[in-house]
Amino acid sequence: MDPMHQFAISPIGGGELTASPFQFTNSSLWMMIVLATIIVFMWGGMKRELVPGRWQAAVEGLTGFVGGIATQSIGPEGRRYLPWIFTAFVFILFSNWIGAMPFGIVPGAHPFTVTSQFTVTGVMSILSFAIVLAVGFWKHGLHFLSLFVPKGAPLAVKAFVAPIEFVSFLVRPFSLGLRPFVAMFAGHVLLEVFGNFVVQGLNAGTALGWFISALCFVFIIFVNGLELLVGGIQAYVFALLTALYINDAVNLH
Amino acid sequence: MDLASAQVIGAGLAAIGAGAAAAGVGAVFGNFLQGALRNPAAAAGQTTVLYIGFAAAELLGLMAFAVAMIILYAR
Repeated sequence: MDPMHQFAISPIGGGELTASPFQFTNSSLWMMIVLATIIVFMWGGMKRELVPGRWQAAVEGLTGFVGGIATQSIGPEGRRYLPWIFTAFVFILFSNWIGAMPFGIVPGAHPFTVTSQFTVTGVMSILSFAIVLAVGFWKHGLHFLSLFVPKGAPLAVKAFVAPIEFVSFLVRPFSLGLRPFVAMFAGHVLLEVFGNFVVQGLNAGTALGWFISALCFVFIIFVNGLELLVGGIQAYVFALLTALYINDAVNLH
Repeated sequence: MDLASAQVIGAGLAAIGAGAAAAGVGAVFGNFLQGALRNPAAAAGQTTVLYIGFAAAELLGLMAFAVAMIILYAR
């Protein structure tokens, strides 16, 4: 079986995938599911009770955590950029985790990890980068370009380092979007490959085949746990790096 | 050697980079743990730096994966 098949985007209800943007694909469906989950989760915890219940404590913990990322990296002004950082964090976190859920045991349900497509994470990183550029040029004008020049260095070092800094700045949106995408992609390929090993071992029918199947099944369970950890870390890293890049634009060194 | 077998060999060679990134990520977390055990009071404030270092080290492994995929599926 092809381990890449799980990443195929196809319109719901069959038919060919065309270049038209008005097709409801499995990616759109799972984005809707992620969105619905986020809305239910946030609404359930926004009752503003004086003594928070478990649900409200969970939501407050999440918002406080992401708020901490923004304010620690950017400073008190970071709260102005919290909407985007929080959106990116929660969307990546929920799509990673929903994609790792074993919905596949229901016949006919084909779970799809939204963040396993570079188009999704790439567009999110372009948005982050657009915010950085807009904020940087808005606040500092052309003085924003001094971001590339190290402070207090001799002129020869400045001339040498500035192009490197510039290229490193240009690579940022690429690496920022690549990270969550590849982490999800590679993890799901690994799970699929070992899932195939389980089936092939069972098909072999021998005692050794059963043993290898059981071994691979246990391995899949642990890798699934690792996937949940990686999904959380990637969401955190995306939010953290976005906050750091915005900090560059806001505070200029 | 035809293109298909050369692609598979090249993708396998590119995957070596993933092992190198594993050493890098291990060094980041291992050294953080060493420092954190020596001075636990200061550890909590440095987790942000820890994850920046982790992200930088991990990125190169992910690049190796991306290169392997590009080689494997190049036409």
